[in-house]
Amino acid sequence: MLEEKNINRTEEETEEQTGKVLKHCWEDRVVKGPDGQVFIVDPIQDYFSDAEPKAYDPVSNKIVEKFLNWARAESVWVLGFGTGCGGIEIGPLRTPRFDVFRFGIQWRPTPRQSNAFIISGYLSVKTLKRAIRSYEQMPSPKYIMALGSCTINGGTYHDSYNTIKRLDQYLPVDVYVAGCMPRPEALIKGFEKLKELIKEGKAEKANDYINNLKWYKTNQKRVIKDWNMPDYNW
Amino acid sequence: MIDFKTIGYALLGLFIIFNWGMLVSVTLRKMGARVGRRYGVRWFQPWIDLLKNYTLRTKLNHGIMFYLGPVLRLTGGVGLFLFMPLIYGSEHWMNFSFQGDLVLILYFQFFGTLAMALGAGEGGHPYSAIAISRGLAQVTAIEAPLALAVLALAVQYDTLSIKDIVAAQQGGMLHWTMWTNPLATAAAMLAFLGSFGHSPFNLVIAPNEIPLGPPTEYHSAYLGVMRTNGPILHMTEAILFMNLFFGGATGWLELLIKTFLLFLWSAFVGVVFPRFRIEQSVRFFVRIPLLLAVLAMILYM
Repeated sequence: MLEEKNINRTEEETEEQTGKVLKHCWEDRVVKGPDGQVFIVDPIQDYFSDAEPKAYDPVSNKIVEKFLNWARAESVWVLGFGTGCGGIEIGPLRTPRFDVFRFGIQWRPTPRQSNAFIISGYLSVKTLKRAIRSYEQMPSPKYIMALGSCTINGGTYHDSYNTIKRLDQYLPVDVYVAGCMPRPEALIKGFEKLKELIKEGKAEKANDYINNLKWYKTNQKRVIKDWNMPDYNW
Repeated sequence: MIDFKTIGYALLGLFIIFNWGMLVSVTLRKMGARVGRRYGVRWFQPWIDLLKNYTLRTKLNHGIMFYLGPVLRLTGGVGLFLFMPLIYGSEHWMNFSFQGDLVLILYFQFFGTLAMALGAGEGGHPYSAIAISRGLAQVTAIEAPLALAVLALAVQYDTLSIKDIVAAQQGGMLHWTMWTNPLATAAAMLAFLGSFGHSPFNLVIAPNEIPLGPPTEYHSAYLGVMRTNGPILHMTEAILFMNLFFGGATGWLELLIKTFLLFLWSAFVGVVFPRFRIEQSVRFFVRIPLLLAVLAMILYM
């Protein structure tokens, strides 16, 4: 709930004031209804759904499932969310030189309509929180592609105090694209691999995430100190 | 008695119009890509996107109106189609058009937008609410010149039936409203750009202004239904303009060519002109198109 250190505030007004502002946001509120009834509102319960997520089984008919997997592979919608320095490598994919639209890859500005999430480089703990929220809001089946050595073992940020070192401890990764930074050609290769996995029915990491939710949540909560959101962000 | 034959032909027409709308819109996307020196999406991409969206596993619901929003939007598009005469002189392809359908169709155009506003509002995303207010402001500004231009036509031909307006334009190209009432045509063609929602009037759903606008929260089958409605609604609007201003169609080939050219008009303007801000587009519609429409009204009063 409390930021460790806020550089936007002067020394005198840190800690206490920041604490007050944030505390006010997440405290229980007493609300009086139009008919005079008084009830208590818990902001987290009020803003978010606390329903349990569930894993989805593939369609039992193998021919149908194969056909659907083909459609999913040929229509990959990527969330426009650049994290770290790799965000700069995603832009050129839309230019005449690389043009990945011809492979059925398109960008969406909202997580609700995206299927693939590119974690493009290092994730600071602050960004990890946003990445988790975005990932959990995406509809299943969903895929994660991780770029660069930072997502594999920390890379250049291996001794950083506020950067996560191994992404797959926090979010399930389908495809890694190694390099520092991988060029757009490598990204296209990564997409090819992802499409291959989807067509083979092996890109079911969204279900793995739900089945091992407790393990992932323990890892996430270990690094994210200001956890002011529900356990699963619908 | 239920007229199964008319229903059958209407459904067949709907199927053709839907697929033709999808094909034309993907062609225009490819044209936009070629202008940007890209290859662009494959021609069958919209069908795959639709299939994928319908079969996504997660379907989250925010409430009854959120669910009904896309349904009512599709109802608006299909309803507009069902009352639109397609081919002049054919007994099969007149759908359910009747005397006075012009008024009904003007109302039906607004129907989908209002349904969308209610549905997206329940989604609860703040960007949806901003985009809805912007979208409704723009639609209102578009509707004023369009309604006046259509009323000018009703006064000119002394009828409220689309079928009669098409009949009055037969007998050669110079009988088209385009030549007999150029002011109303000009006003309506500018309004047409706005109702198609291409650049320069696409701020409402532009991904890089407020992410996606009203459909921000819509996903999977909800988005699928909305994307099914898109080609039907736009193609039917093109058919409406073809009927009112460009002599209608006496065969399917003529209909396909004329609607394609009308889509092309929107695409040409779209790739040349950059996006208007919402107050710029509202100001644009209440100046030149509205002035032209008022002049057309005065001339034919």
